[in-house]
This record gives sequence, C-alpha cells and structure tokens, in this order.
Amino acid sequence: MNASYTKYELMRLIRNKRAFIFSLIFPLALYLLIAGSNKDAIILPDTLRIKFPTYYMVSMAGYGAMIAAISAGARIAVERSTGWNRQLRLTPLPVATYFRTKVTTSYAMALVSIGLLFAAGLLYGVRITPFSRWLEMTGLLLVGILPFVAMGVLVGHLLTSDSMGPAIGGGSAFFGFLGGMWAPLPEHGALHIIGEGIPSFWLANASHVGVGAPGWGLKGWAVIGIWSLAMAVLAGWAYRRDTKRV
Amino acid sequence: MALLDGERIGQAGAVQSLSLPTAVGLPRVARPAGISLVGLTKSFRSPSGPVRAVRGVDIEIAPGETVALLGPNGAGKSTTIDMLLGLSKPDSGQVSIFGMTPTEAIANGAIGAMLQTGAVLDNLTVRELIDMMGSLYPQPLGVEETLDLAGIADIGDRRTNKLSGGQTQRVRFAVAMVSNPDLLVLDEPTVAMDVESRHKFWESMRIFTGRGKTVLFATHYLEEADANADRIILMARGEVVADGAATEIKAATGGRQIRGTLPGADRDALRSLPGVRRAELRGDSITLYCSDSDAAIRALLQAFPTIRDLEITGAALEEAFLQLTATNDVPNDGSNQGAQP
Repeated sequence: MNASYTKYELMRLIRNKRAFIFSLIFPLALYLLIAGSNKDAIILPDTLRIKFPTYYMVSMAGYGAMIAAISAGARIAVERSTGWNRQLRLTPLPVATYFRTKVTTSYAMALVSIGLLFAAGLLYGVRITPFSRWLEMTGLLLVGILPFVAMGVLVGHLLTSDSMGPAIGGGSAFFGFLGGMWAPLPEHGALHIIGEGIPSFWLANASHVGVGAPGWGLKGWAVIGIWSLAMAVLAGWAYRRDTKRV
Repeated sequence: MALLDGERIGQAGAVQSLSLPTAVGLPRVARPAGISLVGLTKSFRSPSGPVRAVRGVDIEIAPGETVALLGPNGAGKSTTIDMLLGLSKPDSGQVSIFGMTPTEAIANGAIGAMLQTGAVLDNLTVRELIDMMGSLYPQPLGVEETLDLAGIADIGDRRTNKLSGGQTQRVRFAVAMVSNPDLLVLDEPTVAMDVESRHKFWESMRIFTGRGKTVLFATHYLEEADANADRIILMARGEVVADGAATEIKAATGGRQIRGTLPGADRDALRSLPGVRRAELRGDSITLYCSDSDAAIRALLQAFPTIRDLEITGAALEEAFLQLTATNDVPNDGSNQGAQP
C-alpha cells in the first residue's frame, strides 16, 4: 500500500462533492422520508414485532452500501476518459497497489453510506440489541459488498464516462430487485432460486441479521466468494486490455 | 551520416523507393546501452481494412541525446511512442530501453512520459498531484524543485481542474519530470500552449536536458525540432524517412533554391538546365529547386539573360519537410503501399 497515493485518492473522493453527495444521498433521503412517515409502523406484528424504521434502516444500509461501492469504482471511467490511466501505467505503481487503493476508496464510500444510514436510524429511535448484532450485521455487509466493489472497478474499466450513469442506475436496480432488496422474493419458485445465486440476495440477508435473521449459511459464503472472485478476475482482465487511447 | 539517397530525393515519389534508413552510424563508443527500436511494425483494424500505422521503424538513441520525432499527423509518431512505452504491443520488432524492456524500465522508474492526450487527475491541487506522482517513484525530484523546473510554482495551490490549456500542459510536464527519469518521452508537448508558454516550456526542457537526460519528443513543428533537438528523426506514413542533424536533413534534400522573375518562361526548358531538379512557375516568377545551384545559375543566366530579381537561398527545413513527407504528388503506382524492399 502506498500511503501517499491512498491519501490523495481519498481526498479526491471527498472533494468531488457532486459524486460524493449523489451516491450517498439517495438511500439516505429515501430512508429519512419513508421511515420518518412510518415511525410507529410494525412489521410482522404477530410474530417478530419489528419496528418499520429498524427494518428499513438495515435494508437501506445494504442497498446504499452496494450503490456506493459500485459508483466509487465506476469513477475510474472518468479517469480513463481523460487519459489518466495511461499516464498511471507509465509509473512504477504496481497493479496490485492500484487495485488495493481503489478497493480502499470504494470501501470508504460504502462505510460512509452505512454510517449515515445508522445515524439516521438512531435519530428515529432504532435500537438493536444486543450490540453484537450491530457488529455482526455490519461485518457481513462489508463482506457482502465485495462483489460490488469489484464490479465497480470492472465497469469503470469497461464503460465510458457517458454510459456510467445508466449503468449504475440499471445495475443497482437489477441487483436490488433480483436480490430481493426492493421487495421480499417469494419463498419458493424460479425467482427465489435465481435470487439465491445473486450476491445482493445475501447482502439483503446480511441486513436482516440486524432484525434477527441467522446470517449466511455455506451457500451464502459460497455465492459471495464466487462472485467476488469472478468480478475480480474480470476487473483484472479489463485493466490489462485497457491500454488504448480512449 | 546523410542517410538519404540524394540523387533521387527530389523526384516525386522517390521517397517511397528509398531504402530504409538503417540505424544511425555515429560511433557510440563505450557508452551504456541507450534506446533501441528494431524493426517495429504495428497495424490497426479500421472499417476500410487494416491500417499499417508503423511499417518497420528502426531507431537508436544514445544516452544523453535529445531527439525530435518529427512528422505530420498520421505519420506513426504516437504509435511508435506507445510501443516504446509498452502501452501498445508491436506486431513485430523489439524495444530496448537502457537494456531493459519497456515494462522493466517503467517499473524501475527510468521513464518519465508526457502523453499527447490527457488532462490531469482532478480534485487535487497542482502541488498535491506532483507529490502524489512523486510518491510512486523510487528516486523522485522534490516537489518544489519540480514545480520550479516546470515553471508552475505560482500555481502550486490551484486545483488541477481550474487550469488553462497551457498551464495543464506544464503540469503534465511536471508529472513527467517528477520521477527524475533517465529517459523523458514527450508526445506533442507544446500543443495547446501559447507562444509564451511554449518559450518557457523549452527553457525548462533545456535545464532538464542539461542534466544529461535522454529526451525523445514528438512534434509536427519544424522550428521546434530544429531549435531544441540534437537530432531529428523524420517520420512519414509509418516509416523513418530521414534521420540526422537538422542541417543534414536540409542538405539531403538538395539544398538550394533559385528564385527570379522571367516572363514567358517555359517550365520544361528550366527543368532541363543542369543542376535543377524541379521548377515551379507562378505567374512571372520562377523557383528552381537545385541539386547544384552553382551550375544552375550559370546555365540559367546564359539561357535566359533577361531574368531579373535573382535570389539564391538555402532550402528551408520546411521545404525539406514537405518533400520528405509529401503524399499528394506521389504517383499512385502502389509503391507506397508495399513494404520496403
């Protein structure tokens, strides 16, 4: 890890106010609006009696982290469009360090997004006990976004800066829907089977740890692991082929 | 080391049939390995069939030389530089930089490069950007030293996205220099610079080359190549068409021109004079491009005693450049399509 390089990349992330705000504000605003107007609603009143703001907070934390992770990596497209990546290749910066730095900045974005959602939840009176459940949920969320961090780096190397907006929007909607983040998937059937093979399903699952779900079994770890590996390999391939003048 | 076939250079289309200039034959005794490009070729696919962007380029550069890669747009300069830097893989041929492959040379921090396209990374100040880039190299120059050298100390605190075109170019120059490289490669460095920036830029460059660095810069400005390089490599249509000092390139193209006023002149009669390679008529004024201007002027005065306003000049580099890189007046006999014999 090159400390100076990482420091400046993080500074750039924060200074790019438009991108910084927009990739964080959507899940947060949605939460503040919807949870705010349903503060006292109860989900599954007969059994679990989970308050709506709690359920919605953990869900949005996962969804927001996913969007933040994808869009942070996707910003590479902007750097490529200016020819900066070609310049970077003429330095001794090792590829692994370059990727580690990109992953670090993506995780920084995701952490900020999760933190904002948690803060908003606390503001609305969300209490999750025991405290270890907060930690377990956050830990699984951070593992669960790994495929999306790699996916962001991949699309950043594949697409142009013009097509970035639709790609992020479409991609997060696709994974949000199929993973059951928008609305719960049916318990059985094709949609459920597809959903289980998709990392956002397990990301949603990680969220639900905050409201009492048991977390991932072997299947969950396998899906996240395979997707992370596949995305990382593809991102590496996209990086290597991308030496042309853009 | 005149590498051109002086007999044939003046004839239209002769450039194509020139034998390929071989690596320059200057004695390079007991010096460490420099830059060597051997037999580089590169083709690109295009809708109208493959484009042979580089067709067998051989270049040798000794350590400490400042070399201009001169040629019109589309000559293959940028493609050659991309292959030199390892950004693009040659179809055939070899690149060696101080005895290393491009990848090794870059990993060692031996190369600083300023590419043709490209802005700089945004959301940083100029000073931060230079500091960041320096941190990637084993033995960088100091940040302030680099800013001074590039003449941008006054804009060190400015954000990189708030710079003029000329300022951006100088920041990119600083990015190339901060690595303190042994080889500095600049692709069209003064594009987008105004006259003053350009002047300052070359001033900085001279300080840098004064430290014994090897420099290769591409340009399509003749004056720039003439004024700032020890040696000019002229490229056209993917080939090296001339390689030598600026004066040699001028000499190789046959040297001098005779101008005068001669109403009713006959072009063929003028061209048949001894020592004349080519004649042009524009109204009453004539221009003769000579291989031997002394013989030509004697014969001219004898044959056309009424000629006046006579003027003999050394051919401008511009003229040499046009002759060597001309494509328009090349007969379309296919000779410019094929490989060199």
